[in-house]
Amino acid sequence: MSESKNEKNMQKNTNPWFEAWRRLLKSKIGVAGLGIIIFLILVALLAPVLAPHDPFKQNILARYKAPSSEHLLGTDEMGRDILSRIIYGSRISIQVGLVSVGFALIFGVSFGLLAGFYGGKLDMLIMRFMDIMLAFPSILLAIGIVAILGPQLKNAMLAIGIINVPRFARIVRSSVLSIKESEYISAARALGAGDFRIIFKHLLPNAMAPLIVQTTLSIATAILEAAALSFLGLGAQPPSPEWGAMLSDARSSLQRAPWVATFPGLAIIFGVLGFNLLGDGLRDALDPKMKNV
Amino acid sequence: MFNYIIKRLLALIPILIGVAIIVFLIVHLIPGDPAQTMLGERATDQALERLREQMGLNDSLPVQFWRYVKDLLRGDLGRSIMSNNPVSAELMQRFPATLELSFFAIIFAVFVGVPAGIFASMNQNSWFDNLSMLIALIGVSMPIFWLGLMFIWLFAVELGWFPPSSRIGVGLEFTPITNLYVIDSILQFNFTALKNVLHHLVLPAVALGTIPMAIIARMTRSSMLEVLKKDYIRTAYAKGLKRKIVIFKHALKNAMVPIITVVGLQFGVLLGGAVMTETIFSWPGLGKYLVDAIYARDFPIVQGGILFFAGVFVIVNLIVDLSYALVDPRIQYE
Repeated sequence: MSESKNEKNMQKNTNPWFEAWRRLLKSKIGVAGLGIIIFLILVALLAPVLAPHDPFKQNILARYKAPSSEHLLGTDEMGRDILSRIIYGSRISIQVGLVSVGFALIFGVSFGLLAGFYGGKLDMLIMRFMDIMLAFPSILLAIGIVAILGPQLKNAMLAIGIINVPRFARIVRSSVLSIKESEYISAARALGAGDFRIIFKHLLPNAMAPLIVQTTLSIATAILEAAALSFLGLGAQPPSPEWGAMLSDARSSLQRAPWVATFPGLAIIFGVLGFNLLGDGLRDALDPKMKNV
Repeated sequence: MFNYIIKRLLALIPILIGVAIIVFLIVHLIPGDPAQTMLGERATDQALERLREQMGLNDSLPVQFWRYVKDLLRGDLGRSIMSNNPVSAELMQRFPATLELSFFAIIFAVFVGVPAGIFASMNQNSWFDNLSMLIALIGVSMPIFWLGLMFIWLFAVELGWFPPSSRIGVGLEFTPITNLYVIDSILQFNFTALKNVLHHLVLPAVALGTIPMAIIARMTRSSMLEVLKKDYIRTAYAKGLKRKIVIFKHALKNAMVPIITVVGLQFGVLLGGAVMTETIFSWPGLGKYLVDAIYARDFPIVQGGILFFAGVFVIVNLIVDLSYALVDPRIQYE
């Protein structure tokens, strides 16, 4: 009984994922990031309960009200409660992060696997294409794509997804190249494993650590990029409580109501900081050598 | 070195062709009719047909692409729909404003970020080190347009120290030559204008430079810490050299390569950031023009503007690569 328990413990301790998780929980920045993200997700899930007011309800009589006990963060140009809008806005930012990075992950990983595994002309074709995409300042490429597709949140998410594809493709490709020729892959092949099995059972898991780090950090930049697009009027459209969009009208009311510009910006910093901290923490936890990915 | 430069320039050609193709595809392959978008939902069929014909949209894609490449090689980017002027002229007229802003932003970022990073690395885990790294962490998480808004609110609206927008005061006697106002005013010995221009530059340049400054400080610190651990640094100290000489002569020189990489990369980020900063500060440069063109659905300008930005970005990256040789004696180009 106790022997089997010991065995189980040993197994647990040698599992690299468990080991990494333990290291993450030991790092201050990792835990801080994780805490912020969990908080953000709770706020998003509980938005209807937490928000003191209807985020869309306009009240012309209560325009530009300074922060008070009634409106903790004040009201905007339509008399809407800013705190409630920020709370609901967390849903949009999380959605943007997950959807656009999910898109980049699916296409980036597929391209990277194809390029790395099959090599030759296909590799050259895919990677040259990625190089070309990286020749654009990324936010500009996103602006270009949205300008043509039309200013909508879903197009902004698509654009941000597209500009993030090359990074994922590069990570997966280099990780595939580094182990493609190793002996255990030849052994798997000798045992009759097909391409599909080798790719998903052996090559992809090896790329997992850098992918997890990149995914986390990319969610942070995706939230920033979406806020930038929405600020320019190219992403979420009014009356959406997207944090960047909330700032787009704030410039004209800086003198009258600086809180309209202040708080949504702080919300963006808070959310982005969470993912950046977790990304840094994960990088240290998963592989201390991986500092420059 | 010379051969290496030629080789790198040649390698740029396929990338630039690719960039041109992507910009073409963005405008042509994505569903939706540019003519319809330009004229709006209620345009008549005749008007649409006329515009399509005028823009050459009725030709097959390869034909359109060929025409686009031919025009591009002649430096012809088409005509703006808003002004009917050649796109290239419109872009060139505004580029100096962006260049000037980016230049001062990067100067600020380097001259604050590098010393801050060096100082932090010399006093690892001191309050200054912790504070500067906290600022750096917040810096990379901050939307640049929000920082710009806060700057305007604090320094222009509340304190009134700096003007909130534009490049130069109204009613000032000044004739632009190169459109780089700082240089123009110096050339004309017009120091009233120079003072005014610099005064206008401070807020947007610092706003644009703050995030790169944070990243450069972080990179300088980690690069310096890495080098300071090396044996030859210990040897240098053992020889009895002063700390200042070891830090600046032995360590910094070798820590420089990653720092330059980051500065170069940040210059690219600056170009993207210029779009946001110029919009916030009503700075009449390329970035703001591009955004205005998007609102006005001026597709030739959007197409040309993105192409132009990408071209500058690629060239900056090349210069960064080449500059490694100047700072790292270990790198020799064949």
